[in-house]
Amino acid sequence: MVRFERAIVVGASSGIGAEIVRQLAARGCKVAAVARRLDRLQALAAEFPGLVVAFQHDVTRCNEAPAVFQEATKQLGGLDLVVYAAGVMPAVGPDEFDFEKDRQMVEANFLGAVAWLNQAAIRFQNTRQGTIVGVGSVAGDRGRRGQPVYNATKAALATYLEALRNRLSRYGVKVVTVKPGPTQTEMTASLGLKAVPTAEATARRILAKAGRTGERYLSPVHWVVFTILRNVPSPIFRRLKL
Amino acid sequence: MSGARLEPERIARLQGFGLACAADAYVVRPTTVDEVRGVLDLACQTGRKVVLRGAGCSYGDASIAPEALALDCSAMNRILAWDPATGVIDAEAGVSIESLWRTALPDGWWPPVVSGTMMPTLAGALAMNIHGKNNSKAGTLGQHVLDLEVLDGAGRSHRLTPDDEAFRAVISGAGLLGVITRVKLQMHRVTSGNLQVTPVSVGNLDAQLATFDEFEGVDYRVSWVDCFARGARLGRGLFHAASHESQPNAASLRPESQDLPSKVLGVLPKSQVWRALRALNRPLWMSRVNWAKYAASRLHGDRRPFTQGLVAFSFLLDYVPDWRRAYLPGGFIQYQSFVPLAEARRVFRAQIEMQQKAGLVSFLGVIKRHRPDDFLFTHAVDGYSLALDFKVTPQAWPRLRELCWRMNDLVIEAGGRFYFAKDSTLRPQDVCAYLGEATLKRFRDFRAELDPHGLFTSALAERVGLLPD
Repeated sequence: MVRFERAIVVGASSGIGAEIVRQLAARGCKVAAVARRLDRLQALAAEFPGLVVAFQHDVTRCNEAPAVFQEATKQLGGLDLVVYAAGVMPAVGPDEFDFEKDRQMVEANFLGAVAWLNQAAIRFQNTRQGTIVGVGSVAGDRGRRGQPVYNATKAALATYLEALRNRLSRYGVKVVTVKPGPTQTEMTASLGLKAVPTAEATARRILAKAGRTGERYLSPVHWVVFTILRNVPSPIFRRLKL
Repeated sequence: MSGARLEPERIARLQGFGLACAADAYVVRPTTVDEVRGVLDLACQTGRKVVLRGAGCSYGDASIAPEALALDCSAMNRILAWDPATGVIDAEAGVSIESLWRTALPDGWWPPVVSGTMMPTLAGALAMNIHGKNNSKAGTLGQHVLDLEVLDGAGRSHRLTPDDEAFRAVISGAGLLGVITRVKLQMHRVTSGNLQVTPVSVGNLDAQLATFDEFEGVDYRVSWVDCFARGARLGRGLFHAASHESQPNAASLRPESQDLPSKVLGVLPKSQVWRALRALNRPLWMSRVNWAKYAASRLHGDRRPFTQGLVAFSFLLDYVPDWRRAYLPGGFIQYQSFVPLAEARRVFRAQIEMQQKAGLVSFLGVIKRHRPDDFLFTHAVDGYSLALDFKVTPQAWPRLRELCWRMNDLVIEAGGRFYFAKDSTLRPQDVCAYLGEATLKRFRDFRAELDPHGLFTSALAERVGLLPD
C-alpha cells in the first residue's frame, strides 16, 4: 500500500469510510474525518488521538464544502489523499418512484462528491501531486430495476472521476475509482446480505488499490463477473431479475 | 472555524533550492507596501501564519511553511534610484542580484557581495545576510546596506540604519522579524568586468588551508574539494584566487559581454546538460568525476592565471541551467559549517572521514574563508567553511541526517556556526548551542516588538525551535 501522510475521508462516520479512517490512522496517517454524525466521529477520533480530527459536515450542503476542506487541510498541515466515501441508498420498492429519496441520493452520492473533489482537484492540480479516491460501486455499471437512481449516481460518479483522471493525470495527480461489490455496512443492512465482505475487508482492498490511477474492481472474481454483466446486451439484461 | 477563506487557486507546492523538502502554501505576490499590509491583514483574518519568500534560493526549508500564506516579494522589483557617481542603489527589496549587476556594471559598479547564483532577491539575501567568495575581505551583504525599510508584523513601517540595533537583527533574521520592502545599498567600484583568476591544484587538506593563507588579501578565494579522496590525499582539490582587474576595460563592463554561453564545448545545448549530470549522479560515477576534475587540474592550469568575466566566476550555479534536477527525484541538501581557524583542519578532516566511513560522500565540497560580523544570527567566524552537497534518497535520508548531526557535534564543540540559508538538519539543541541563550533571548525580544501577533514563520524556524508555542 502506498504510504499517505495526510488524508481527508468524507463519509467517515460508518461503514467503509470509517474503516478507511481506521486503517490510514493505524499506519500513522493524519486523517480529517468528515461526516454528519459528530458523536460517531468523536468516537473514531478518540481511537486515534492526535491522528484523527473530526469535522461535522452534511455533504448535501455543498456550498459549505470549500470552507470545511480548507480548514481540514490547514489542521492537517497539508494533503496527499482525499477519499469520498459518503453515500446513501434508501430502500426503494420495486414500483416506487419517490423523488425525495432520489434527490437525497443525487445530493449525497454525486453532488457532494463533486463539491468535495472539485476542491481536491484545484489543490492537487496546483501542487502537482495527490490522490483522489472515489468510492463508486458495481451498481453503477448498469441501470437495474431495483435502484434506478442509486445506479445512476454511481455511474455519474464514475464518469465524473474518469474526467477528473483525464484532466489531472498530466499534473501527476492520481484519480482512482474503486467499485466495491456488496459489503456489510449500515447502508446495506436492510438488504440482509450474507457471505459478503466486511467493511474492514473492503476498506483494506480499496487502500491497496489507491496507489494506481484508474478504475478498479476489488477482486479478480468481481472483474470477471461484472465485466460480463456490463456487456450483456440490453434486451437480455432487461429480462434478468437483477 | 475562521470566517474568511483563501482563494483555493493560490495554493502551490513550494520547494527549497535543494528540491529535498516541500510544503504547500497559499502564494501571494504583492507589488506595493500597502498590498504587503493587506497580506498581513488577510493572515490575521484567516488565522494563518506568513512565510516570507524571495526567489526560493535557501537550500532547505527556510522559505517554506505548510498551509501558510507565502509572501513572495519578487514582484516588488523596481529599482527606484541609481546614482552612477556614488554607486548607491535604492531598490524595492524584491529586486534580484541579476538586476543589480545589470543596472550597475555599465557604470563601473558591481554588487559588493554576491551569492553563487544571481537569482536571489535583495530581501532574501539580506534575511539570510549572504556572503560571497570575498567574505574575508568584504564581509556580508548586510555590511554594505546604508538603510532599509521594514514592515513589521503589526503592519508598521520602520526605516532602519546601521545605527539601529534592529538593523542587525532584521538582516540575518531569516525573515522572522519583518518584511524588508526597500533597500539602499552601496555598490563596489570596478573598472573592468573581468577578474584575474589564479587556479592552484592542491594535494590535500593541509595544502588547501596553506594556499588560502598564501593568497591572503586577494579579493576572492574559494576552493573545490574532492571528498572521495582518502589518506594522504584527503581534502585535495582545486583552489581559485581572483582579483578585480585594475586596468580599465570598458568593453567588459557591457552586460552582454558577460552573458554566459548557451552551449557547452560549442555544441551541446546547456539546457540538456542536467540530463547527462543526472545519469552520472551516483557515488560510483561521481567519485570518478571528482578524480577526473582533480587530475585535469594537475595537468592544465595549475598556477597559470587566466582572465574570467565577473558573471562567469561569480555565478557558477547559473552556469548549467536546471543542474539541480540532476539530483531528482530526492533532491539534495547542502551541509555547511563554519569553523574557527585553529580547529578548521581537524574538524574538516573528521567530517570528510565520517562521510567516507558512513558511505555517504558529498559529491561536491567547497571551502571558503570567512570573517566574523555582528549580525544577530551571524553564521560567519574568523575561520573557514566547508560546504557539502549530499544527494537525498528516502532510503539514505535517516543515515544522512544522523551523519549531519554527528558532524554538528564536532562543529559546536569547536565553537563553530551554521547558516540558515543552507540548513536542512539542525535540531533545537544545536541552534541553542551555537547561537547561545543570550542571542536567542534577544531574538525573542525582537519578535515581541516586531511581530507581536506571531505571524512570521517558516518550516526551518519551527524545526529548530525558534518559535516556541
